[in-house]
Amino acid sequence: MKFLDEYRDGDLAQKLAAEIHRVTTQPWTIMEVCGGQTHAIVKFGIDELLPKHITLIHGPGCPVCVTPLEVIDQALEIAAQPEVIFTSFGDMLRVPGSTTDLLSVKAKGGDVRIVYSPLDAVKLAAENPLREVVFFGVGFETTAPATAMAVYQAAQKKLTNFSLLISHVLVPPAIEALMSSPNCRVQGFLAAGHVCAVMGYEEYFPLAKKYRVPIVVTGFEPLDILHGILLTVQQLESGRAEVENQYARAVSRAGNQPAQDLIKKVFTVVPRKWRGIGEIPQSGLGLGAAYAAFDAAKKFKLTDHRVEEPAECIAGLILQGLKKPHECPAFGTRCTPEHPFGATMVSSEGACAAYYRYRRHEFTNAK
Amino acid sequence: MKPPDFSAACPLPISQYPHVLMAHGGGGKLMHRLLEDVFGKAFANPILDTRHDSAQFNVPPGKLAMTTDSYVVRPIFFPGGDIGSMAIHGTVNDLAMSGARPLYLTSAFIIEEGLPMETLWRVVCSMRDAAKKCGVQIVTGDTKVVDKGKGDGLFINTAGIGVIEHEQKILPQNVQPGDAVIVSGDLGRHGMAIMAVREGLQFESAIESDSAPVHEVVLELIKSGIEIHCLRDLTRGGLASALNEIAEAAGVKIAVEEKLIPVREDVHAACEMLGLDPLHVANEGRFVAFVAANDAERALKILRADTVSSQAAIIGKVAEKSAPLVTLRSAIGASRILDMPSGEQLPRIC
Repeated sequence: MKFLDEYRDGDLAQKLAAEIHRVTTQPWTIMEVCGGQTHAIVKFGIDELLPKHITLIHGPGCPVCVTPLEVIDQALEIAAQPEVIFTSFGDMLRVPGSTTDLLSVKAKGGDVRIVYSPLDAVKLAAENPLREVVFFGVGFETTAPATAMAVYQAAQKKLTNFSLLISHVLVPPAIEALMSSPNCRVQGFLAAGHVCAVMGYEEYFPLAKKYRVPIVVTGFEPLDILHGILLTVQQLESGRAEVENQYARAVSRAGNQPAQDLIKKVFTVVPRKWRGIGEIPQSGLGLGAAYAAFDAAKKFKLTDHRVEEPAECIAGLILQGLKKPHECPAFGTRCTPEHPFGATMVSSEGACAAYYRYRRHEFTNAK
Repeated sequence: MKPPDFSAACPLPISQYPHVLMAHGGGGKLMHRLLEDVFGKAFANPILDTRHDSAQFNVPPGKLAMTTDSYVVRPIFFPGGDIGSMAIHGTVNDLAMSGARPLYLTSAFIIEEGLPMETLWRVVCSMRDAAKKCGVQIVTGDTKVVDKGKGDGLFINTAGIGVIEHEQKILPQNVQPGDAVIVSGDLGRHGMAIMAVREGLQFESAIESDSAPVHEVVLELIKSGIEIHCLRDLTRGGLASALNEIAEAAGVKIAVEEKLIPVREDVHAACEMLGLDPLHVANEGRFVAFVAANDAERALKILRADTVSSQAAIIGKVAEKSAPLVTLRSAIGASRILDMPSGEQLPRIC
């Protein structure tokens, strides 16, 4: 397929891998921030091509995984109400809340629908004036503009039956939180290409400088990721800590200005809890004062849930790169995609799901 | 666009009953008319025409194969097919996977009250045409009508009987190390055609379902003396599920190569966009064949000579007797598990 196959070329991949071998003289630990990159690495076996002493650790960039349990529970509560059409990206439907998941709510009669764009939810609201249409707004800066556009359009159309359960999060504060943790062993970052396609990469310069860490904006295809790793290792080997752009075919330094303007218009930066990690200051997007009427949590008068994660789940450690999925004693035995303990086992960007789906035969504790 | 005119072809006075009513399943005159004028007329054959509670027929010598399947596809009509033709192809193909020659089918309809009579007639005509093309007869059937809201328009069940006129043992337990793994054509078209219509996704050109009968080319393989160890049609769960089921039943490791597996560019693009794996997506006219290594090239030639399997390809082989495992060599040369999909495939966020 054009624009795809050229980034999956086996010969070129081998050449890039050979170059990484050539320039690597000592152990390095690199984090790919985005769960999409994690899946590509595990799916295509990119880590198998790398020198043994380069360690890739998987970052928190899985929107499904970091959505707090209490927000999932709020979603389940709203979705079960008879007047509600609850709309969501497909990924969220299997994520376990504290007692159930959206697919089960649907099975019990809740009107839960998969949409491909938040704008489809706005359309549903316009078509169903007697129903309350709620969109589950999750994701990083990548999906935030589309959610913002949905709210903006709903306001333009004066729709009063549309609202948003929002749990949008931002990447740079998460990198900051990881780097300032005393346990952090990350020496270089592959930044998420799609996030930077929206936001540009200027906000990474202060981080690279403050923590003396290379940050390479990287795409999602095998050759992108290998190239991103090569650029990171070259920086590490030569003692540089710069922001570089591997994904220039999609990302510009300033990013997508109209998308950023829309985010600023509709949202305001708020503190946000990340599932498994905890609250990170200034790491989320909430609805700005002018659009507060679209806040589903207020509209449905949801109480602030306080819930505990299953004690055995180590998703938090995995999301911070402190553990790998197969280091969990429940991995592949008591915790599987069919019976998940945590979101990382069900999301298509979750690290546990990637290891289970593509690699579990390599780990003795998995079935 | 002007709606197609079915009234000329529909034998029921649809001006009187443009929709199916509860009474059409009630056992009285209306039901009798429906059975006689719609099903009886479309499916007419000497066995059905006896109008007995059960069909009576002789069978040729050989072992019999029997199968059943229910069809609940939504929408009822989709690019490249409809629920009617699918209900024939699916059951014929299930029989073909034993290397059986399909003979007789049953058909049972569960109709939701209010279904337009024209829709029913279109589906029945499509079944009639598909059965004729497959050389099978529909010899008995059943009709039920359920209350509005208790069905999804129309569900169809078909069961089929076929005769096995060869001595080969075509079953998963017969799969052996060294066997070539052949798929009969490009993958993922049916599932993506349905998803595109259902979700209102538009691509540059419509993706058409691959729904088609494959029994003739299977019988041709058998007639040509190809040593077939196992056949499996690649319906729900796609290639990945079929290979995993066979690996498990046979206790083998199967190794396939990503770049040898045919997937059409538009299907590939649609899957990439939605975050789906074409190897998990359903097909309705595709199968995988496990064939003795020596016969692989000859089998491929026979398959490629038939239009339903012109894109057939050898995609890998059975590696060894082992704990069940299916591996896929990726485009960049590394090997990974090819897993069964877990539950329904859900499009990803970004």
